[in-house]
Amino acid sequence: MKINSNVPLEYSTEENSNKILGFWLFLGAEIALFSTLFATYFTLWNRTGNGPTGHELFELNGVLMETFLLLTSSFTCGLAIHAMRHGFKKATMVFFAITLVLGLGFLGVEITEFVTYVHDGATVSTSAFLSSLFVLLGTHGLHVSMGILWGAAIMIQIKRQGFTAETTNKSFIFSLYWHFLDVVWIFIFSFVYLKGMM
Amino acid sequence: MNLDKFLVKGEPMIYAAMVSIVVASLAILIGLTYFKKWGYMWREWLTTVDHKKIGVMYIIAALLMLFRGGVDALLMRAQLAMPENGLLDAQHYNEIFTTHGVIMILFMAMPFIIGLMNIVIPLQIGARDVAFPRLNAVSFWLFMAGAMLFNISFVVGGSPDAGWTAYFPLASLEYSPTVGNNYYSIALQIAGIGTLLTGVNFIVTILKMRAPGMKLMRMPMFTWSVLITCVIILFAFPVLTVALALMMFDRMFGGQFFTMANGGMDMLWANLFWVWGHPEVYIVILPAFGIYSEIISTFSKKNLYGYKSMVVSMVAISLLSFLVWAHHFYTMGHGAMVNGFFSITTMAIAIPTGVKIFNWLFTLRKGRISFTTPMLYSLAFIPIFTIGGVTGVMLAMASADYQYHNTMFLVAHFHYVLIPGTVFAVIAGFHYWFPKMFGFRLNEKLGKLAFWFIAICFNITFFPLFFLGLNGMTRRMYTYSEGSGFGPLNMLATIGSVGLAIGFVILVYNVYWSFRYAPRDTTGDPWDARTLEWSTHSPVPEYNFAITPNVKGMDAFWAAKKENQPLYEGKIEPIHMPNNSGQPFILGVIFFFLGFFLVFSMWVPAIVTGVGVVIMLAWRSFERDHGRHISVEEIIETERKLGGDTV
Repeated sequence: MKINSNVPLEYSTEENSNKILGFWLFLGAEIALFSTLFATYFTLWNRTGNGPTGHELFELNGVLMETFLLLTSSFTCGLAIHAMRHGFKKATMVFFAITLVLGLGFLGVEITEFVTYVHDGATVSTSAFLSSLFVLLGTHGLHVSMGILWGAAIMIQIKRQGFTAETTNKSFIFSLYWHFLDVVWIFIFSFVYLKGMM
Repeated sequence: MNLDKFLVKGEPMIYAAMVSIVVASLAILIGLTYFKKWGYMWREWLTTVDHKKIGVMYIIAALLMLFRGGVDALLMRAQLAMPENGLLDAQHYNEIFTTHGVIMILFMAMPFIIGLMNIVIPLQIGARDVAFPRLNAVSFWLFMAGAMLFNISFVVGGSPDAGWTAYFPLASLEYSPTVGNNYYSIALQIAGIGTLLTGVNFIVTILKMRAPGMKLMRMPMFTWSVLITCVIILFAFPVLTVALALMMFDRMFGGQFFTMANGGMDMLWANLFWVWGHPEVYIVILPAFGIYSEIISTFSKKNLYGYKSMVVSMVAISLLSFLVWAHHFYTMGHGAMVNGFFSITTMAIAIPTGVKIFNWLFTLRKGRISFTTPMLYSLAFIPIFTIGGVTGVMLAMASADYQYHNTMFLVAHFHYVLIPGTVFAVIAGFHYWFPKMFGFRLNEKLGKLAFWFIAICFNITFFPLFFLGLNGMTRRMYTYSEGSGFGPLNMLATIGSVGLAIGFVILVYNVYWSFRYAPRDTTGDPWDARTLEWSTHSPVPEYNFAITPNVKGMDAFWAAKKENQPLYEGKIEPIHMPNNSGQPFILGVIFFFLGFFLVFSMWVPAIVTGVGVVIMLAWRSFERDHGRHISVEEIIETERKLGGDTV
């Protein structure tokens, strides 16, 4: 296997750089996926039937908490990659651990919120607005959940194998994914919650 | 467990289907055991990550699905042959035209094209495999899981019956209460994920794995068409993913997306479906254009006329393909401005397509044309496809479309684009690249006989439908009265469809005949062709090229032959290859069962199999597999056996 030492370890083999390009393309597809979900939401957001509107439903506190947790986790994920580039294994592990814990916290708040909505009688079958809300948020939440499992698997591999061309490549791709989820959340925060509360 | 829930009863034809499925499955199992081929199947095919073998499996699956979809078509034509015919009842007819459409587009045209892509693209760009061989196998087995799941719907639970477009509210739980449309949403979802991954895989392959010297503007036209197609896949398929997921929510979890009450909007489905559906049309037609470009250039003994304009027009088509979706439902009532916009974008597509037609004609001009079977299909494509294109422009005019909408005129139009466009292309490509796959050509005499049957009978089948449509016969009618006067032309179309079927039987017989009797090709270049795939042996060794070719211009192999430019410089080095793996196959099987349990809303087993999918992903993540190397001695030995002159 040819190793190119002029680039960071995660890019060092041909297979590595192929995987990073492949993942960028996959994120392109993910953008198309979330765009479609947003388009659906914007089509249906004021079609509330007999159910509650966003204005009646949304609470700022939970949403701000979620935003804070996810944005911070994106920052610590960046720090983890920064530490990885410098070869600091322990720091990388700590930052990844913080990232995943913050992700779990985000999921916790989101699930609590969903439970509250359902308690208030706002379920996926109440109205078209709520169907699109739950599916948009749920798809993002599912991505975060998969990301937590994925990140944990990568942490185990770094612990066992240290930094290799493979583990650094996986970590870097994971970080792309995690930042992407953050970007999607910013759109959800602005165009679902803030717009809905106005 | 109550079996009544699963089995479809009371239809002699369905009992016959059940019996034939059981007999065929038993025959395969007994055959494999008797000939002791289980190990061979597992090692050489089920676990393979070799792009050529995956391509062959795609094509075999596509041919089987062509048979299934073809039987559907013949049943429809038989039903419509005479007025007031009682062969099929309305429900049965609805199921058959639905499965015919879905199977022909998604489980026949797509895998046939992806199969040819798999076999040809790495060879055309001088690569050893695709960028992600393992992911490629995953794509195939997901496609296979989706296809099998969709096909068992016929006997287990009932097929979808709301048309291949599955418009709401008809496809909702209220109006389609059987599990049929559950199959639609789940099976297409699974196969669609496979297609999306193929898109990613081939973009990376084409952008990063090209042989040294092969700049983008030196790539063969088929490679260009596949690159552009994969970009369309990348942005169109996620829309299908979402649409199908919303459909699943509406049908299984009480979602209100497309309902008639609680704020739902049925037109949203039509929009989402066609935002994917129209680019999908170009996903199956652009590679066909690529295939024709290769074949016409090879058999005219000329380089392709207007290479740059070919590329530009394909890029233009790919962009426009995302801007025309509403022309599928002008009559839904979205106003003159919207209809006008989509009318103009739709007609605009005729411009780049016309550029391509003229480029092919100019490639033929003053060429030394040899009339081989693949060339005959390509030559027949040009005029027949033009009829399809011109009627397409007629349909594109929104105001006129109120007259044609959902009549047999439309049915004739899209068969006139898809059959000479895509089907002729994949058959032509199949004949053209067959010697590369198996090391011998298909018989030309039988091939031409099949061609004439298919080309003539295609027109007998579908040309009458234009007139039936203009006379007011709508599509998807399961019968009509004698007084309507539709009888004679329908009978003519049915006779044509029998001829079309005979053509396909001859084609399949040709494959059988040629496997037994055709002389082997030892040159690796039986057509005197131009591109890199012909510069290696037939059949292709697993590593494709003993030495990576060095490309210095367009049509590098032609230049190597005619101007003695050396293509293979340097010496043989050990080649790194990926290992086989059973994981993609197992993942496909798990997805099949996950899909089945979801279709029947069996939540506990569905969750168990869902966890199974996550476990498979984790298994792959923790696996450490660095592949293997083929030694220089082994390569030299293989090359000698194949009679290579590159050593």
